[in-house]
Amino acid sequence: MDQENKAWQWTAHLVMIVLSAACVLPFLLLFMASVTDEKAIVNDGYTLFPSAFSLGAYEYLWKQSGQIFHAYGITVLVTAVGTLASLLVTSLLAYPLSRRDLPGSQTLAFIVFFTLLFNGGLVPTYMVYTQVFHLKNTLFALLIPWLLMNGFNVLLMRTFFSTTIPSAVLESASIDGAGEFRTYWRIVLPLSLPILATIGMFQGLGYWNDWNNGLVFVTNPDLYSLQNVLNRIMSDIQFLTANNRMGTGQALAQLPGETFRMAIAVIGVVPILVAYPFFQKYFVKGMTIGAVKG
Amino acid sequence: MTTTTLARRSKRRSLRRFLPLYLMLVPGLAYLAVNNYLPLFGLAIAFKDINYRKGIWNSDWIGFRNFEYLFKTSDAWLITRNTLLYNAAFIVLGLALAVAIAILLSEIRNRFASRLYQSIILLPFLISIILVSYLVYAMLSMDTGFLNKSVLPVLGLDPIDWYSEPKYWPFILTAVHLWKGAGYSCIVFLAAIVGIDPEYYEAAKLDGASKWMQIRKITMPMITPVVIMLTLLGIGRIFYSDFGLFYQVPMNSGALFETTNVIDTYVFRGLMQLGDIGMSSAAGFYQSLVGFVLVLVSNYVVRTINKENALF
Repeated sequence: MDQENKAWQWTAHLVMIVLSAACVLPFLLLFMASVTDEKAIVNDGYTLFPSAFSLGAYEYLWKQSGQIFHAYGITVLVTAVGTLASLLVTSLLAYPLSRRDLPGSQTLAFIVFFTLLFNGGLVPTYMVYTQVFHLKNTLFALLIPWLLMNGFNVLLMRTFFSTTIPSAVLESASIDGAGEFRTYWRIVLPLSLPILATIGMFQGLGYWNDWNNGLVFVTNPDLYSLQNVLNRIMSDIQFLTANNRMGTGQALAQLPGETFRMAIAVIGVVPILVAYPFFQKYFVKGMTIGAVKG
Repeated sequence: MTTTTLARRSKRRSLRRFLPLYLMLVPGLAYLAVNNYLPLFGLAIAFKDINYRKGIWNSDWIGFRNFEYLFKTSDAWLITRNTLLYNAAFIVLGLALAVAIAILLSEIRNRFASRLYQSIILLPFLISIILVSYLVYAMLSMDTGFLNKSVLPVLGLDPIDWYSEPKYWPFILTAVHLWKGAGYSCIVFLAAIVGIDPEYYEAAKLDGASKWMQIRKITMPMITPVVIMLTLLGIGRIFYSDFGLFYQVPMNSGALFETTNVIDTYVFRGLMQLGDIGMSSAAGFYQSLVGFVLVLVSNYVVRTINKENALF
């Protein structure tokens, strides 16, 4: 029996070590490429053990690239504003829906739920935002379409409110003369920090990693987020390599070098890796926090 | 008479009482109206010949002509096939891998190690698909990629021009999808396994059941409901694909469309790059409608199996 147990432990560890390595290796490769000498990359390709190190890419980044830091600023701004706005709008909608005594709350919950089942897709949404609301090339385009709030989060939060906040607490607040807004702000939100943290984390990650809105709605480079800059650099390279035969070799040479590109990618990853240990526990909570029901 | 006035008065009182709550609803509902409900009217675009000079809403109605064009092209079949096959592979392999990882993690006695593995395999889930496309590029680039420069020469193979060979991409995209998502989807199963009453295992041990037997006869049956539910949810979404995965990771390379073009990328290219709104909106409508039907059907199936697990 013990023998068998040991064998299981070993196998499990072994498999998990291999899988973990597979997850970490590409990140290591990216990082090593960013600190490799540009010429070494051209000769040896991307490798984990570069023949020559250089911090040139980071120096170049530090000196030259106003655009990169501008994009970084946009990403930070959009993530901060977007996450807060998202939590506010989501909880403001979820709280009344969690109140069984509110006339019409069932119908309203269905209106929220229906959005999970059926949607117009890209073309109509694009038309609404560009033709009706003229969101193209504004900061709002990075904040509002698709990202600001989704029905799933609303229903998740509603379930949390209605299952964890005792109605006696709300009643006594009302007897003490607290208005609904006061109750929401002073009692409901402070009692709901776990769900706010979980949804806030997913929203924050969503805003930080979003490139889709920038790709669809933004053509002005001043509004590019970090992800859009990365995306742009990659697609320029792809375009030029694809048309290499037509003598664009020179244009290709003027693009940021391989190491520089990898350095930008690294500074896009690092904040997430740094913040990860702090929000990791909310992942598990978020997945298990309670069923969503229509 | 008196009862109606009383009722009216109490209604007014209840309105005053609930007014703040209704006010709270306004921003969220307004957002849903703009982001989710207004575009539903825009589905009508699929039945129009869009002409920007006339404006979207004043363009001519042309009935099903956009759909006729769409389904006459070979693209319609190709994107449907790719979308369905990729999603089917993702559902089957994704679930199998997630369940396997969850079982292994739950077996590991060392709590610290188990936590560490879990954190590491979640890493790929955290980064954007743009960064994933950088990582894949570092692996696959023709001249500088890890595979072409470091792996294939060791095996004595010639370098491969990955970004112009469609035949490799079903494997590459599936691998990338599993790499990115497995760590996240195993959390659900891990939670289900941790929730199993330990007494079952103790009883099995007393009866002399081997570890493998315990997994097959206790763990697997106990998590089957979760597996079934996630499978059906996956089938409900089988007409939608991860746009970023199919657009960014193959770098929008035209040579690869045969195996990388799915409905979402087709709609996007039609709208943003080719300016073919008719075709694009017809494909989008097709996706929304079939997707909706599939969600309803799969939910109906879940409901007949287990009412608790149904979405509605």
